[in-house]
Amino acid sequence: MAATITEKIFSRRCGKDISAGDVMMAPIDAAMIHDITGPLAIKNFREMGGTTVFDPAKIIMLFDHQVPADSIPAAENQKFMRDFAAEQGILNYDIQEGVCHQVAVEKGRARPGDIVVGSDSHTCTYGAIGAFSTGIGSTDMGFAMKYGALHFRVPESLKLTTTGKFQHRVGPKDLILAMIGDLTVDGATYKAVEFTGDTISEMSIPGRMTCCNMAIEMGGKAGIVAPDEVTRAYCSGRMDGGWLDLAPDEDASYVLEREYDAADLVPQIAAPHNVDNVGDVTQFEGTPVDQVFIGSCTNGRYEDLAEAAEVLNGRKFSPDIRVIIVPASKTEYLKALRAGLIETFVEAGGIVEAPCCGPCMGGAFGILAPGEVSLSTSNRNFRGRQGSTEAEVYLCSPATAAASAITGKITDPREVA
Amino acid sequence: MKTWKFGNDIDTDAIIPGRYLTIYDLKELAAHAFEGTRDAFAKEAAVGDIIAAGRNFGCGSSREHAPIAIRGAGVRVVVAVSFARIFYRNCIATGILPVICPEADSITEEEEIILHLDEGYLTAGERTLTVEPVPAFMRKIIDAGGLVEYAKNLTEIEICTK
Repeated sequence: MAATITEKIFSRRCGKDISAGDVMMAPIDAAMIHDITGPLAIKNFREMGGTTVFDPAKIIMLFDHQVPADSIPAAENQKFMRDFAAEQGILNYDIQEGVCHQVAVEKGRARPGDIVVGSDSHTCTYGAIGAFSTGIGSTDMGFAMKYGALHFRVPESLKLTTTGKFQHRVGPKDLILAMIGDLTVDGATYKAVEFTGDTISEMSIPGRMTCCNMAIEMGGKAGIVAPDEVTRAYCSGRMDGGWLDLAPDEDASYVLEREYDAADLVPQIAAPHNVDNVGDVTQFEGTPVDQVFIGSCTNGRYEDLAEAAEVLNGRKFSPDIRVIIVPASKTEYLKALRAGLIETFVEAGGIVEAPCCGPCMGGAFGILAPGEVSLSTSNRNFRGRQGSTEAEVYLCSPATAAASAITGKITDPREVA
Repeated sequence: MKTWKFGNDIDTDAIIPGRYLTIYDLKELAAHAFEGTRDAFAKEAAVGDIIAAGRNFGCGSSREHAPIAIRGAGVRVVVAVSFARIFYRNCIATGILPVICPEADSITEEEEIILHLDEGYLTAGERTLTVEPVPAFMRKIIDAGGLVEYAKNLTEIEICTK
């Protein structure tokens, strides 16, 4: 029977033909918890009668949202999780490694063909390496940690095919924003989003992570790219096992198919307060900003920082705004440090923070006052997301963020030599 | 029983802002529900009230603080045209009944909602609106009071695996 990547993953894990719409208790290959949703997952695990987790080696634990602890309640939550990790024999990356989704992928904790859950909505990121990976709540996570399984309804899939080469200073973030603008914030609700086409084949794993990361912003249950040579090269040395031969059948059934032309694409902006409020950067040029944030699980990787530094090209950031740069992980931070990017940003007037979620969630630092405007490479621009409900958040690529950080207003990165 | 009417794409940051996510207590979370976007909710919502909303209710984060804040305020039923997936699951897990009603956006705050789930409809004031059935296994979890209560009584589960 012809199958999508998602149907193939569930079929292989379950040892029988599984189709979209089937409901089952499926096994879990990895489960990720962090400092915000983890404490409740653990409490629920215990209340369900859980004493030992199904497999400590399959639990990914770290703290990234409010780190180092920014309040006594945050410190208490992190201490509670540390104690649980020690008791259960779970490897806890604690505050050392960075943002959960970046760390889970770069440490090889999610593999092609795995079924992965995380108590964070952007867990769909791991589809970049061909895992079926989805966000769940803390109670579902408590259940998953106890039983190593969870109820799933196998989703139908969307097939989004992109062909052609990006223009200079246009990239994966612009593509995914354009797709969300096209399909709307609930255009993929409960569906898996398959990204395919020669643009995706030529895209690096970090670029694929940017695309899969934002599948949730169109309501998607998962974003996924079929493993290929790029995946193979990335996974080699990071993990054992994994199914690198996954590919959708040519006659697999999709609920929606769309084609995009990368060559036609210009830098995109998602304006307040919905992620599908997307337009070309030219529509927003000149909008003054108070803060620029370059980072997050969407765009905090080395190649994002390198592109920002390239756009900066020795110039200074506008002294009238705050520019906050947060690498997504220790590994990406060290790469940027060794390449001289951190020095470049600091000398330009930016604030570089240690790897964490940063201002994305408005819970820790970089919080906006009423009336302020943020331009951010993160994934959500909801009202109140980065602080005051009277502040505004615009989303963009690292190139657009850097170009705008120089001028202090939204700027087309193609115009900055 | 008051009806609280909301529009489309009500996100989890609106339901409970990110700065309150170190809190897990129902009542404390309820005190900050819809803070900054609908302040009257936390002050006035009472046991038995129902939320009616448009499309894509609960989009955004996986934070279970969102349904917990709503439940803490006394609301046990959310009727919407459609739900975001994670929020929908989190409702079931925390014992809130998410009801899909294609015409929910036509409901007004002046209309009291009465559910007739088994019969497949609700009444909003004088009007009768169709609702989608809740799948049987989800009903079992909700009827148990949420996934924690449901899981407590599970002796073993059948995992679909090779």
